[in-house]
Amino acid sequence: MKNRKLALLLSGLLIGAIAVALVYFGNPKNMGFCIACFIRDIAGATGMHQAAVVQYIRPEILGLVLGAFVMSLLGKEFSPRGGSAPVTRFCLGFMVMVAALVFLGCPLRMVLRIAGGDLNAVIGLVGFAAGILAGVLFLKKGYSLKRTYRQPLMEGLLFPGIQVVLLVLLLAAPALLIFSESGPGSMRAPIFIALAAGLIVGALAQRTRLCMVGGIRDLVMFKDWTLLLGFLGILIAALVGNIIFGWFKLSMVGQPVAHIDGLWNALSMFAVGLGSVMLGGCPLRQLILAGEGNSDSAVTVFGYLVGAAFAHNFKLASAATAIAEDGSISGGPTMGGKVVTIAIIVLLLVLAIANTKQEKAK
Amino acid sequence: MQIDARGLSCPQPVLLTQQALKSQPASVEILVDNKTAEGNVTRFAAKAGYSVAVREENGDFILTLTK
Repeated sequence: MKNRKLALLLSGLLIGAIAVALVYFGNPKNMGFCIACFIRDIAGATGMHQAAVVQYIRPEILGLVLGAFVMSLLGKEFSPRGGSAPVTRFCLGFMVMVAALVFLGCPLRMVLRIAGGDLNAVIGLVGFAAGILAGVLFLKKGYSLKRTYRQPLMEGLLFPGIQVVLLVLLLAAPALLIFSESGPGSMRAPIFIALAAGLIVGALAQRTRLCMVGGIRDLVMFKDWTLLLGFLGILIAALVGNIIFGWFKLSMVGQPVAHIDGLWNALSMFAVGLGSVMLGGCPLRQLILAGEGNSDSAVTVFGYLVGAAFAHNFKLASAATAIAEDGSISGGPTMGGKVVTIAIIVLLLVLAIANTKQEKAK
Repeated sequence: MQIDARGLSCPQPVLLTQQALKSQPASVEILVDNKTAEGNVTRFAAKAGYSVAVREENGDFILTLTK
């Protein structure tokens, strides 16, 4: 049991260090890794949304899935499964993504933002933890999306296969895709470094079952620190890395790709926490499970992808806070983003209640 | 007592185990269908003072927890 805790901590440290290295090689600050941002960039690169500053096929995402896929084959854990409320999972994925884009990051980026000194992300963490606690209450009352079942081999191979297709497109036919020329989407580590980073993190996350939601959840439900050690490892390594490179800056204002509206940072991450508990894992974990052949997680990722496109097409995603020379502040959550965040929280609660049934004693 | 936790998302297999162990039964059988759940249930049961024997059957794992 000690070994597993050590493995989580070491993997977390390595992943945090890799995230900082990706920033060094060109990714936006505090965004070495961000599952939400990078899936959003992929949605943009394929023309699903037209936000010109966030369009790119992020090799990190392809690497994460393929790293988990290869590792699950080696460990004889690759197992095509699915059939547990796929439409509900698609909708949950959609909502988690829209909420993450109101905050401006998935739980993994939230940790990386905290490690960069971004106090807005600390407020996000408070909301995130509250969302997880709400999810735990439903789990304890019997919340479940019911069982998955074995599926044909091809069902499990399709999602990793899609990553290979995207990789081939990125390498052989980039002219077919849309890439940002300015903004976060234009800031990127070289393809093979990004791909290698994804493969390593995907393999580590598959082996250790790292999950940003599972840490707080398991601590609350089972007094089990194991997964939280991964979370802490990432935080520590990224913090040290940011200090070494001189990127650490403790503040609310002036943080990279972040906004300063505390209420909406907290509420959006509440939705991400609750929705992710309802899905059984954070966005990173869903990518890893999809790589292992879980088609419910693949459907969840499709929900993320479509949610990201809608978030930009309907102006629900927040813009980073910018302060002009005359002191005027722009950016922050949009009116649509605020309305939809509330709607998402209500809908999540409705879905949680609808899928909670008090188990009768047998 | 046997609990079928096959195909359930995290952390339901462990949660069902936790609920089953509340009454401190002498032994319980937990069925899971993946290594993640097998590991999670095994660790939880060990922490609760149960010894765990695992056997694999048609891709499922049958965990026998005894006090």
